[in-house]
Amino acid sequence: MTEARKPIIRIRNITKRFGSVVACDNVDFDIYPGEFFALLGPSGCGKTTLLRMLAGFESASEGEIEIDGQPMLDVPPNKRPVNMVFQSYAVFPHMTVLDNVAYGLKVTGVPKAEARARAEEALGLVHLEGYGQRMPDQLSGGQRQRVALARALVKKPKVLLLDEPLSALDAKLRDAMRLELVRLQHTVGITFVIVTHDQDEALSMADRAAVMERGKVMQIAGPGDLYEHPNSRFVADFIGKVNVFEGKVSGVSGGRLAVEVGGMGRIEVPHDGVAQGDVGIAVRPEKTRLSKDRPASGLIVLKGKVTDVAYYGNESHILLDTDAGVQVTTTVQNEKRSTDAAMTIGDDMWISWSPEDTLVLNG
Amino acid sequence: MNAKLETAATAAPTAPIKRRERRNPLDYSSMRWMQIVLAGNFMFLYFPILALVAFSFNDSKRNITWQGFTLKYYEKAWNNIALHDAFMNTMTIATISTLVSTTFGTMLGLAIYRYKFPGKALYDGWIHLPIVIPEICMGVSMLAFFAAMNIPLGIFTITVSHIAFSIPFVAVVVRARMSGFDPSFEEASTDLGANQWQTFWNVTFPYMMPGVVAGALLAFTLSLDDFVITFFTSGPGSTTFPIKIYSMVRFSVTPEVNAASTALIVITLTLTITAMTIQSRSARRQGK
Ligand SMILES: Nc1ncnc2c1ncn2[C@@H]1O[C@H](COP(=O)(O)OP(=O)(O)O)[C@@H](O)[C@H]1O
Ligand SMILES: [Mg+2]
Repeated sequence: MTEARKPIIRIRNITKRFGSVVACDNVDFDIYPGEFFALLGPSGCGKTTLLRMLAGFESASEGEIEIDGQPMLDVPPNKRPVNMVFQSYAVFPHMTVLDNVAYGLKVTGVPKAEARARAEEALGLVHLEGYGQRMPDQLSGGQRQRVALARALVKKPKVLLLDEPLSALDAKLRDAMRLELVRLQHTVGITFVIVTHDQDEALSMADRAAVMERGKVMQIAGPGDLYEHPNSRFVADFIGKVNVFEGKVSGVSGGRLAVEVGGMGRIEVPHDGVAQGDVGIAVRPEKTRLSKDRPASGLIVLKGKVTDVAYYGNESHILLDTDAGVQVTTTVQNEKRSTDAAMTIGDDMWISWSPEDTLVLNG
Repeated sequence: MNAKLETAATAAPTAPIKRRERRNPLDYSSMRWMQIVLAGNFMFLYFPILALVAFSFNDSKRNITWQGFTLKYYEKAWNNIALHDAFMNTMTIATISTLVSTTFGTMLGLAIYRYKFPGKALYDGWIHLPIVIPEICMGVSMLAFFAAMNIPLGIFTITVSHIAFSIPFVAVVVRARMSGFDPSFEEASTDLGANQWQTFWNVTFPYMMPGVVAGALLAFTLSLDDFVITFFTSGPGSTTFPIKIYSMVRFSVTPEVNAASTALIVITLTLTITAMTIQSRSARRQGK
């Protein structure tokens, strides 16, 4: 994102307390126009609370929120330039689909005919043409969600807020809907802020994501950076699988960090920034290689014994007990159809990876 | 027997429950002795009512032997001025009591559904009191209250009493309806630009409506056939239909009494069935 652009949402030092529970802890970041932004984190980390503060349903204990340049402190939810798709969809059960979609226009005084026309148009946008006269109980869950989307989009908000939009759908529909939401966002060009606890969902849809834990924002970055350059153990562990070894920094020189790791000895990894004392040395499973013989030098190597092989068709996940005293997972792509070379439990193997693929995790 | 076993097996393919040598509670209804007991129960409960209805058409001054079909006792009951007045009293009381108790009961039900406040559980139990308290106690306490306040007994006191005992019933029905209400409905409405007033009338109230109607019908029925509390709070000239029937019976049980009672049964039954239909229909719509 170009930092020169004016943010559409400015969140400034927002803290929200419910009694003694701190749902959001000094949250501070910006969201830019046209972004597909994800609030990602485990259940209970405060994502929904933050989203509801943007919508105006909760007020912050401290800090302020600006939307489109306007401070939102005294602006009630019905006057904010944002609309929300609720986790339960909240499609009004006693209104037809068309009345649901036109509702937001009618209550703000848009003439009936125009409201109707715009509602029809919004239904087209979510591929629900011809469903206008149905009642919500005649729709599937996925269709109800589309109604909720159309109902929010018809208001042409500056920002669309979506709370776990895919969590109530079955797996197949969920995958289709991910693509659909991205497509929809491109079509309408509105900023989307989506709440999810599913890292795959965030990585595959969002331009940027804020990873939250216990009310705090841990890291804000694009999907690639979150995966390849996590800034903490929590983020590394929450986004994808990771093998972590405990080490102690023994020296720094010229952008390389020397770390003493049990079972591996002294290893050198590229690292910029500061690091001292105890650090986590981590590597993603797919970045590792397995071999029967000790691999060539220049790699970080570790000996292990295969304890489990989980076959997933396209790839296999292999678990090894290592000399480092840590159980390591590696993934092996099943590129050939033959299963001759398959690993068997009890095999002694060398695990290796490039120093460049090593993550150094502080704290 | 075989066919029955087969349907039982095919009906539950999704539930891999271990077959135990225990009967489903519903299976008992297919047992002969159970059917006889059930039939006996039904007879015991409904035979007196059936007899009452049947003998209202009996062409005889007494309720003992069947003499032939007639409608003349309905005509006689209809033309009985005192009975007619009592019926009008009952209708007036029931109408006013229903309007007032539905309004307050609805507000109460909504408030209890929506708000959390200290001592809510206690308050909740407290408003249920009129439902569980013996009617005779309600009657006595009402009478004592009106006497203490020097309010003359009559249509007014009866109506006030009926309002008092109907409110909790309406509140309970409305609240039950609202328990299926997703609070996000109101938030969604606000989010879409509606103010509180618009949200209430466009979203909350339509959802609540079946509960309100069912509550109103219940209140009407309760008022219509109340005897005990009315008996304590009525004064001269404020005789209601049930009390009039009672005083006629004390005189002698004539087919005219049967006819009047039958009319009351029909009205009550119609209202109850209507209320139940509304409730089950809205429950079905609610069940996604
Ligand atoms: N209205 C509320 N009252 C009290 N505690 C709340 C309320 N809403 C949320 N919380 C608490 O705040 C924390 C964050 O909740 P939430 O934002 O819903 O998490 P998430 O959406 O990330 O799962 C949780 O511990 C939750 O129990
Ligand atoms: Mg949530």
